[in-house]
Amino acid sequence: MSETTNQLLDNLNALAVGLFLLTAFGIVAMRQARGVLNLFIVQSLLLAASAALLGLRHHSEHLYGVALVNLISKPIIVPWLLRKTSPSEIYTRREIDQVLNIPTALLIALGLAILSYFLGQPILNAVASEFRGPNVPIGIAGLLIGAFTLTVRREALPLLIGLLVMENGAFLAGISIARNLPMLVELAIATDGLIIVFISGVLIRAVQKHIGTTAVGELSSLKESADEPPAKEAIE
Amino acid sequence: MTVIIILLLPLIATGLVCLPFKKYWASGVTVVSSVAVLILSARIALQTAAGNPVNATLDAGMLKWISVDGLSALILLLIAFVGTTAAIYSVGYMAHQNLKPWKLRLYYANYNLFVFSMLAIPVLAEPTLVWIVVELTTLCSALLVSFDNTREALEAAWKYVVLSLMGAGMALFGFLVLFAAMQASGSTDTYTWNNLITAAPLMPPVLLQTAFLLILIGLGTKVGLVPMHTWLPDAHSQAPSPVCALLSGIETTSILYVILRLFPVMQGSPHSHAERWALVLGLLSVGTAAFLLLQVRDYKRMFAFSTVEHMGIILAAVGLGASVAGYSAMMQIVSHCVTKSFCFFAAGAALMATGTREIAVVRGLIRKSPVAGAALVFGGLAIAGAPPFAVFLSEFSILKAGLMQKHYVATGLLAIFIVIAFFGIMLHINRMVFGAPENKNNGTPEPNHSVPEPVATFHLPFSCRLALILAAVPVLVLGFYIPQPLQDLLTQTAAALTK
Repeated sequence: MSETTNQLLDNLNALAVGLFLLTAFGIVAMRQARGVLNLFIVQSLLLAASAALLGLRHHSEHLYGVALVNLISKPIIVPWLLRKTSPSEIYTRREIDQVLNIPTALLIALGLAILSYFLGQPILNAVASEFRGPNVPIGIAGLLIGAFTLTVRREALPLLIGLLVMENGAFLAGISIARNLPMLVELAIATDGLIIVFISGVLIRAVQKHIGTTAVGELSSLKESADEPPAKEAIE
Repeated sequence: MTVIIILLLPLIATGLVCLPFKKYWASGVTVVSSVAVLILSARIALQTAAGNPVNATLDAGMLKWISVDGLSALILLLIAFVGTTAAIYSVGYMAHQNLKPWKLRLYYANYNLFVFSMLAIPVLAEPTLVWIVVELTTLCSALLVSFDNTREALEAAWKYVVLSLMGAGMALFGFLVLFAAMQASGSTDTYTWNNLITAAPLMPPVLLQTAFLLILIGLGTKVGLVPMHTWLPDAHSQAPSPVCALLSGIETTSILYVILRLFPVMQGSPHSHAERWALVLGLLSVGTAAFLLLQVRDYKRMFAFSTVEHMGIILAAVGLGASVAGYSAMMQIVSHCVTKSFCFFAAGAALMATGTREIAVVRGLIRKSPVAGAALVFGGLAIAGAPPFAVFLSEFSILKAGLMQKHYVATGLLAIFIVIAFFGIMLHINRMVFGAPENKNNGTPEPNHSVPEPVATFHLPFSCRLALILAAVPVLVLGFYIPQPLQDLLTQTAAALTK
């Protein structure tokens, strides 16, 4: 392929990856649970786009496979599984009282993104030049911002999406440096993401049924502190 | 071939237990399949101990991702052993709970899937596939942790899933970086543990270090290393007792096995600080757990914290120098695994007899249920590291190896923490088993000791007693006699820890 096409593909990939980071910020800031899910779907599409563009750029059928798997599993099967397993209440929730207010949360997310640039640098320096690109630092940023989401959110759906954003981030960085993983492994990783959604969905349903809330992050009866003795619990 | 059968058996059992037959169908199938897995694993372990690793015949197609060496065989055997005793224990324990038939089937289906996911960890040789089955262990056991559907159990399960998967995300990136490091070294071999060791000297040290740290922290979350341990006492105390035995006894160990696999790789790289990291994280875990053990209020949480302590001891032992303390670390893995599963069986018996998990409420257990009381004392002494038991032997040899390596400060700290943990555990157990029943109104012991009020004795189900006896055998025997095949296996395993 000619030099200009390569340049174009690189730029397009950079665009997709940049938008990926933007969706991660959006997931931190969005209060509406439904909106978080939609942003996650957009993010997964961008991940698939990046994989496809890298595949074109480096002539790797393997990356097309990754793109295809991501295209099917996350935007289509994940929402379907969620509808099947969890109560519909989780979509309608709005988080009014987040642990941090939105500007603070966004500032911290921004700090994490800058940090991940520095964390990614030594990795980029160690791999061959054809592997260098914006994927690694932004993938690490996705990993960190996903973890950050897990610490500040209380509602079930945003927490679950936080987990999946971490995986998306790890994947985004992974496809650019580890390109020739066996296809079986990729498929297994995608299936694994679906099992995560399934199990969490079942758990969320159980929590809603037995405790009557979907704010799973607020559960905190298990600890060592001596204020009040734990409820005496007979096995049923 | 045997390996494939071992993996298939729990899957077949999962399918069979879903069939709606009579009351003991599901438990029977599970016990039979676990015993079969145990026998096959023992065969593999014996073969490997005799010096015939099983991977020679497997190199075609997908089978190239399966290999069993000494280390794998040892972990496989331990998983099969705890899987069997816990299955036997489940029969009586679950029957005692009077569950609906479908709920019971759900339990056994989940149980078999969980055992399957653990059995797959040691036999797979492809690191990313190992990562996937590690994820599966979390996902298959999450619904077992939340099985009672109480507020606490659901909270524990949620914390367990979120924190473990958070760690898994980091570990995934770690494994991908490791793969990139292998490609950067110019190696074109399959991505397996053994080929990693060969390729290690040529890998860029930065990538290797990054991968190691990501995996250590990511999977360390699931092992329960401090400061990522916060979910562990919750999940390991809220699950039904046989599941606790699996979680604490063997699941943590089998994840630690994955981390241990990286040490020979790291030794191939110059200036790797893998052992220093292991020592620091290990000591931190042992120390924190030792002090938390003093102030627990729930006896199942107590054993869970003791798991954090023992994982720390094993990691610290590897950190003291894999070449010297490797044998002791492996011995500690074996003794912790058999002892901790026994402890949770005993704790389950106490729970059945008293109906509460609170240490402060249980008093005079030895009168209420002599079997549960005696088992709790036996398990407590064994896990705390009292002399005739297996844990004492392995802890002693770790400390000895540490002194021989001239790690005086680290070894001294380790010894102090172990002693503190010993007192913590024995203090609570002593009160529970022999303490005089407290008066409910003012909390003072009843004055009239000479005429103990008649206590209704609780009879432990037969299968629970059988499981307790089976689990007690290695706890006691390994304290003064290690059979020759096991000795060979341990030596091989220790060798696998160094390059």
